[in-house]
Amino acid sequence: MSERRMVPDAEFNSYYGQPVIKPPVWKVPDVPAYLYLGGLAGASAPMAALADATGRPVLRRIGRIASALGATASVGALIHDLGKPERFLHMLRVFKPTSPLSVGSWILAPFGSLAAAAAASELTGIAPRLGSAAGAGAGLLGPAMTTYTAVLLADTAVPAWHEAYRQLPVVFAGSALASAGGVGLFAGAEAGPARRMAVLGAAVELGATEVMERSIGLPGETYRTGRAGTLLRVARGLAAAGGLGALLGRRSRVASALSGVLLNAGAATTRFGIFEAGMQSARDPRYTVVPQRQRLAQAAAVP
Amino acid sequence: MTDNRLAGPLDDPIAEAGYPADHPERVGFFTDTSVCIGCKACEVACKEWNLLEADGPLDLSGNSYDNTVGLGADTWRHVAFIEQRVPARDKPQADLGMPGVGPPGGDPTDRDGTDVRWLMSSDVCKHCTHAACLDVCPTGALMRTEYGTVMVQDDICNGCGYCIPACPYGVIDQRPNDGGAFKCTMCQDRLGDGLAPACATACPTESIQFGPLDELRERAAQRVEELHERGVPEARLYGHDPSDGVGGDAAFFLLLDEPEVYGFPPDPVVTTGDLPAMWRHAAEAALAAAGAVALSFLGGAR
Repeated sequence: MSERRMVPDAEFNSYYGQPVIKPPVWKVPDVPAYLYLGGLAGASAPMAALADATGRPVLRRIGRIASALGATASVGALIHDLGKPERFLHMLRVFKPTSPLSVGSWILAPFGSLAAAAAASELTGIAPRLGSAAGAGAGLLGPAMTTYTAVLLADTAVPAWHEAYRQLPVVFAGSALASAGGVGLFAGAEAGPARRMAVLGAAVELGATEVMERSIGLPGETYRTGRAGTLLRVARGLAAAGGLGALLGRRSRVASALSGVLLNAGAATTRFGIFEAGMQSARDPRYTVVPQRQRLAQAAAVP
Repeated sequence: MTDNRLAGPLDDPIAEAGYPADHPERVGFFTDTSVCIGCKACEVACKEWNLLEADGPLDLSGNSYDNTVGLGADTWRHVAFIEQRVPARDKPQADLGMPGVGPPGGDPTDRDGTDVRWLMSSDVCKHCTHAACLDVCPTGALMRTEYGTVMVQDDICNGCGYCIPACPYGVIDQRPNDGGAFKCTMCQDRLGDGLAPACATACPTESIQFGPLDELRERAAQRVEELHERGVPEARLYGHDPSDGVGGDAAFFLLLDEPEVYGFPPDPVVTTGDLPAMWRHAAEAALAAAGAVALSFLGGAR
């Protein structure tokens, strides 16, 4: 398959081909898993809250467990990635609006607590009213969980992430809907709302990723090439298959369950692919130097 | 005063960070690469004063005389070496005190009408007016000092690594055996005692000049003018301009070629400048996701 360059090849200088910026030291699978699990938890919580409000106990149960497990595992992955994990509580030492990771920690901490409380009430049957209130609170915070991680990536000098700051939240929101909907497909006769979330989410994930790759100029290349390109092609296949399966398989429990698994595999692979695209764009000085040169040339052309 | 807190020109980042009005002057480095002789005394002095370990086993990079390769957690000054083949000139350039190539006294011009030009430059943390590393640090470990510099408080840093890809210059890095992030402090412990940083003190050619930033900017402008008059039109300043993408650097440079030749970004920006727009897009997407979940609850059971 030949790949069309969206921006003509440009001559550029570098210092012995060394990267200009430092590629992130964030570890794989920790950080991509943190992104995926946070999204899954974030979209599962409002699903569970609305299932609670509309009398769908099976979907509520699945949603509460998914949001609690997702949030807990997301925190675990984040802590495991820290250079000094024993200092993870320093994340809550200050509230810093200029740091997406600080804002995110202050979203994640109450969200995780509420989601865990709702799931505990669900599993033990203790204090169902409090459980519902906690679930409603998690449901309100959940949507923020799905997109703050996009700002976290975009507020860096990594070209493939920063240039995509307009589209990345849409990709992450769609991907989160697809994964939470995918989990909800296990709700059998109550799976209707989850099915619609799954199909819509997969469609948004596919469409927004495509738009993102095409609209950010030269760094968009990194979403189509190398390991990132491979991961994102796989992710596309999984999301498309899962979305179609969810759409067409409503009469079959097996087809629904399989679609749920495919959608979650797709959402996770999307995060791994986007993470890897950023790494590729950080390692090659071309993606830092050429767009900055173009920006300078444009600024010089304006009288 | 509260304008341009995220990006753009900012007169007094020290007061903006909350220090009282009688705070010390903002200090910086003016690194004049036209007189750098590549001796690496700055690298050594920095390592010695700050007790920085070797970066790893001694290894030859093949990049001219540069085996340090770049700035890192244990390399807070880094001398770049660039060898360029340039068209020979009829008239010799102003003597910049650069070491030549070839036998002593010999004609440095090769038969093909080209000369070899050697560029050397000592890189360091820029101590940006709008420092992305400081902005994104979630713990408050990165702070603005009373001298306007940017410093990591090692006892606070939890090693989240966010500052590392945030820096548009690729300065700060994680120390693998420690987990924390480290970079130049502009020798904060010396500044308090009225001393210049170790690198500037060790520099034998005054390529690294330390002082109040306003003075350095004036001196740099004069130096560029002088070089232009002496027939070095390629001399240009980098990082001196308070209206650039990071609000100007406290550590700025006089270069003899494009910034990217030295490994610098040609137009660095503090990405936090786009943060309001980023949060707006994220909020819109989150609201749309909430709406999508709500809409999904209308319709059939299965």
